[in-house]
Amino acid sequence: MKILVCISKTPDTTTKVSFTDNNTKFNSDRVQFIINPYDEWYALVRAIEIKEKSNAHVTIMNVGGADNDVIIRKALAIGGDDAVRIDAEADDAFFVADQIAQFLKTEPYDIVFVGKETIDYNGSQVGGMIAGLLDLSFISLASKLDVDGNTATLERDIPGGKEIVTVQTPFVVSASKGMAEARIPNMRGIMAARTKPVKVLPAFASERLTSIKQYALPKEKAGPKMIPSDNPEELVMLLHNEAKVI
Amino acid sequence: MSVLVFVEASEGKFKKPAFEAVTYGAKIAAMLGVETHALCIDEADEAELRSLGDYGANKLWFVKNELFKNFDPLVFSKVIIQAEAQTNSDVLVLIQSYNGKAIAPVLAAKLRAGLVSGALDLPRIENNSFLVKKNVFSGKASATYEMHSAKKIISLMPNSIIPEKTVNNVELVELKPEIADTDFKIKIKEVVKASGTTTLSDAEIVISGGRGLKGPENWAMLEEMANILGGATACSRPVADIHWRPHTEHVGQTGIAIRPNLYIAIGISGAIQHLAGVNGSKVMVVINKDPEAPFFKAADYGIVGDALEVVPKLNEAFRKFKLGN
Ligand SMILES: Cc1cc2nc3c(=O)[nH]c(=O)nc-3n(C[C@H](O)[C@H](O)[C@H](O)COP(=O)(O)OP(=O)(O)OC[C@H]3O[C@@H](n4cnc5c(N)ncnc54)[C@H](O)[C@@H]3O)c2cc1C
Repeated sequence: MKILVCISKTPDTTTKVSFTDNNTKFNSDRVQFIINPYDEWYALVRAIEIKEKSNAHVTIMNVGGADNDVIIRKALAIGGDDAVRIDAEADDAFFVADQIAQFLKTEPYDIVFVGKETIDYNGSQVGGMIAGLLDLSFISLASKLDVDGNTATLERDIPGGKEIVTVQTPFVVSASKGMAEARIPNMRGIMAARTKPVKVLPAFASERLTSIKQYALPKEKAGPKMIPSDNPEELVMLLHNEAKVI
Repeated sequence: MSVLVFVEASEGKFKKPAFEAVTYGAKIAAMLGVETHALCIDEADEAELRSLGDYGANKLWFVKNELFKNFDPLVFSKVIIQAEAQTNSDVLVLIQSYNGKAIAPVLAAKLRAGLVSGALDLPRIENNSFLVKKNVFSGKASATYEMHSAKKIISLMPNSIIPEKTVNNVELVELKPEIADTDFKIKIKEVVKASGTTTLSDAEIVISGGRGLKGPENWAMLEEMANILGGATACSRPVADIHWRPHTEHVGQTGIAIRPNLYIAIGISGAIQHLAGVNGSKVMVVINKDPEAPFFKAADYGIVGDALEVVPKLNEAFRKFKLGN
């Protein structure tokens, strides 16, 4: 079985977001970058667990520049066997999905993993777009995945509960919380990752369908209205009369 | 040319996000001077379907087919594309729901349409540019996207715009997609529904607890508050990690992002990752015993005090208020 795990590079969760060039560019100065948590904690770790049980081969996929090799090596240290980086700027979901879809046309995989969404652009788009471009089944927001031969059983988040579904390989799955437990790479993994192959491919011809024109930071709040702890009635009245939310 | 809105019904009924989406679609159609079409694949009776007309749909396309009790984004996209072709739509509106998140990107790829997921506001249409705003960095900022493709898909974040009624006579048209059982490659084996009444992502009022509550035994008073106000309960990540509460209640950057009208945070410090998932709330109340807790900076109302003392008193006050109203 061949598994492709798509990873994205995102700012660390503690990042204080700011912008430059008249709020048109993300300010990456002194920002620590990580593997998008959903990609690393859930998609990648679940792929590795499957490999440990069933001899699968796990390839890490990233669309991005050479500075992404740091996160690719980390994914290999956690347990990926090899990696493919498509050398292009990842600035539009369709463009990224199309790169991966065109790669998959040259080299098919049985399971394509993506994370539920990235914590920077929160699109939840790339996985579904890969599926749409290749006419593959897409299971979104899966919190559990088991494979048995060509059949996979998944749990998918739905409003107020879960849906248990089955599907045949090949398919695309987006991983949400619960699918696996995050792993920290050990020394052996880190050493091994240094010599694992990372193939760099030139970008495929494609197009970008969206771009970001302007960023904005949320308005600073004026500061809360403080209510004495022995007067909860005042809070109730404020919520009713002033905020009008109850 | 027209605008096509894909709406979802739950157990035969439309919820607020469906009315928001139709209102949103109708307003875009008005900007462009075109018609608004709505498409519903789920089961809903005629009166329910007609109710979408009240929000501005000129024509409502419905599908009557048991097969669609199954969910497969590829098949749903096929039906939407059929409606898109028949209505000659250039702008498609979906809801940023669980199913919407699954369908929208598949549809976008098939139509080679730009997609903005989780739109917060009506688009700005200037000359040839089509601009849509959404949250980025998990709510730490927003971004205005420009859509370059001929076809455009917008999935609307629930609770972002107010549904507006207009007088309109909607025309109902049945769409008969050519879909067979074998088209559904994803098979549903079982549906497990949690017992709670209000689901967290739909809730307009959310009562959330953090590590400051000391233990799971103290959640009864939060559940009581949620009951009195008709809301749902939520928690911070460590609370879910130590299994005081189920993972489905974990909100924040790596949990569920919510945008209720009222968020009451009790014994939560207000870490940047927590705030990222909740700062879309319209009004935030913070109850914390530490006056320096960072959450107060993001709050609209605050009470400094021990949750175990404040919450029972507050519940009493909420109960009295509800009885009087
Ligand atoms: C990569 C990453 C992702 C993360 N994602 C998330 C996420 O999605 N969601 C999330 O919530 N966190 C997330 N976190 C964790 C986050 O950084 C905080 O650690 C967490 O939110 C703290 O939870 P808490 O406020 O419940 O607990 P604490 O930080 O321990 O705060 C407890 C609060 O309770 C108050 N308190 C104590 N006793 C009482 C009392 N008797 N009455 C009233 N108040 C009291 C204290 O003053 C304190 O402010 C993430 C962290 C990382 C590193």
